[in-house]
Amino acid sequence: MVVEVRNVSKTFRIPDQKVDSLKERAVHPFRKRSFRELEALKDISFDVHEGEFFGIVGLNGSGKSTLLKILGSIYRADRGTIRVAGRMAPFIELGVGFNPEMDARENIVLNAVMMGLSRREAEAIVPSVLEFAGLEQFAELKIKNYSSGMLVRLAFSVMVEAEADIMLIDEVLAVGDAAFQQKCEDVFHDLREAGKTIILVTHDMASIEKFCHRAMMIHDGKVSFLGSPEEVSEWYLRANFVERDERPGFHPGASDDGDDAHVVDAWMSDPEGNRIENVHEGEDFNVNAVVEGIRDFEDPVVEFGVTDQGGSHVFAFRSRLAETGIDSIGPGERVKFSAEVKNLLRPGRYYVHAQAFADGGSKDLRMRALRIADFVVFGTDVGSGFVKLVDDVDVVRTEEGS
Amino acid sequence: MAETMERADNPELKPVIGPSALGGGWRRFLDLLLLISVNDFRKTYFGTALGYIWSLARPLMLFAVLLFVFTKIFRIGSEVDHYPVLLLFNIVMISFVQEATQTAVVSVVNQEGVVRKTHFPRLVIPLAVVLTAFFNFCANLVAVFVFVVAFGVTITWTWLLFPVIAAFLFVFSLALSMLLASLYPRFRDVGIIWSVAVTALFYATPVLYPLEIVPSQYMDLVMLNPLAPIFEQARHWIIDPGAPGAVAAAGGWVHLLPAIAIYLAICVVSILVFRREAPRIAEEL
Repeated sequence: MVVEVRNVSKTFRIPDQKVDSLKERAVHPFRKRSFRELEALKDISFDVHEGEFFGIVGLNGSGKSTLLKILGSIYRADRGTIRVAGRMAPFIELGVGFNPEMDARENIVLNAVMMGLSRREAEAIVPSVLEFAGLEQFAELKIKNYSSGMLVRLAFSVMVEAEADIMLIDEVLAVGDAAFQQKCEDVFHDLREAGKTIILVTHDMASIEKFCHRAMMIHDGKVSFLGSPEEVSEWYLRANFVERDERPGFHPGASDDGDDAHVVDAWMSDPEGNRIENVHEGEDFNVNAVVEGIRDFEDPVVEFGVTDQGGSHVFAFRSRLAETGIDSIGPGERVKFSAEVKNLLRPGRYYVHAQAFADGGSKDLRMRALRIADFVVFGTDVGSGFVKLVDDVDVVRTEEGS
Repeated sequence: MAETMERADNPELKPVIGPSALGGGWRRFLDLLLLISVNDFRKTYFGTALGYIWSLARPLMLFAVLLFVFTKIFRIGSEVDHYPVLLLFNIVMISFVQEATQTAVVSVVNQEGVVRKTHFPRLVIPLAVVLTAFFNFCANLVAVFVFVVAFGVTITWTWLLFPVIAAFLFVFSLALSMLLASLYPRFRDVGIIWSVAVTALFYATPVLYPLEIVPSQYMDLVMLNPLAPIFEQARHWIIDPGAPGAVAAAGGWVHLLPAIAIYLAICVVSILVFRREAPRIAEEL
């Protein structure tokens, strides 16, 4: 184990009214200063082992960057301990502390010393940094004259050549042109092969799955999942779907005025009957709704339809209540519907709508309630089409056919 | 791989303390300090064609103007031995304090990127500023000593005591710089307040006038300024052995105690404030 994090918590105090002058303080010395407390991290614990490529993922505002800054000694934790074996260097941004008035050589030394090398060690890596960055002929040029691409290459090369025992990397991959990104990927592979310990904070599930041995998801300042990269990226996608819109579930008040009935509740449930907001791909679930009558009408038919995010109808089901022995829904009377759904749906968000007709048909509309509920199917399947009807395809070489 | 596993069994875990004034060990602290201050110094001296001349130009211009005003118009200067040399010497000393503290006020905010994105020992930032100013001061002194000798001041053994004066000025400037740099991120008007205070300090310190012409009822007041005895002692040691010196001018050791107390208080407060603010500076920016 080279990194040991135990019960780390961090709360930011955000003043409701920022007092940023001594004058304010002097004029209103007794004014109560109120703070809003933002718990960025709550009781985080995890270990990273030697030679491990460890990923940290989370939505914006989940606390992952705060965690990285605490690991990198930029913020101080309020509670908890962090212990580290070896030299750890944070890379929150490339080229931090570069002095534009100095040439590449001097900046390399300064940057490397910031990362914890001694001056002698820093001076020793200058040639290899320049070579790796392909900037040998610009070594004496003040870096204010560098292009942004050259700067990024220089900064990245220092990071690689400084060879910290543990590297804390915050999405630096997201910079540079395609060729440079490829180079970054190669370097990550090399570092991984060389048994370096790396902690990578990112949004990019592809790099998590490509590089990481293990990964951790942070949500609302807590460790919400720690495990294999595949599992973590699935959790991430699921959380992402839930956060992006309003929360899934019942949305009352969606019925039209003047309807003869209305939907008072709608929800998804698992086969055991527990209410759920999301469902995993391939897992069957139930769509439930309770409809309450407002004015009596004859021979009611209730139809539920499900659309995807683009508004396309995916499937629908209808019931003529007379067939189940219910002739009508009188004012205040309630009927519960429960439909088992065979889940062939592709991952994504779906909406449930309801309609009711009189006289056992589909012409005399008596109730129309759009988007009474929504739910998310999460998973990693990225095929096209509405549903997944095909699991396996047999492929063989053949002489058949005309 | 086997080797990796073996080492993993015996890890030497050390606690991470988080950001602090000195964070990251002494060697790294000194390396960074020297790299940054030497680079800044070199930038001012070799960055422009007339580097050294420019850095001398400011005190020399001020000197020329003040010399004219105080020897030809106000005539205070004409009654003081070696007034021009004393004036130049004082200007160079007070310029060091002014330059160091005024650059230091905004230093932490100017180094925002380093503070918020790397593990950086906080104290390096104001200390490097003061050190750069100190290098400038030393370079200016070379020119000043040429003047001093040219104006016929006799060289005495007390010149060897000048490092004591320099040390007192350095510590004083550093203490103020630490205090100002750590407060500025939270209270932005510190910058304005200090720019006024620095002018007040210029007149409160015996730069233009020798201490002995201060009316005796105000002597204790003037002597509250820790710079006053330092400047007077420098005059006694370097320019004019006939001048009273700090103790005599104040009227005995007892009268120096308030200045000493204030000097020490500024040092202690600056250390306490800086230590308290250092871990949180990144969050305040």
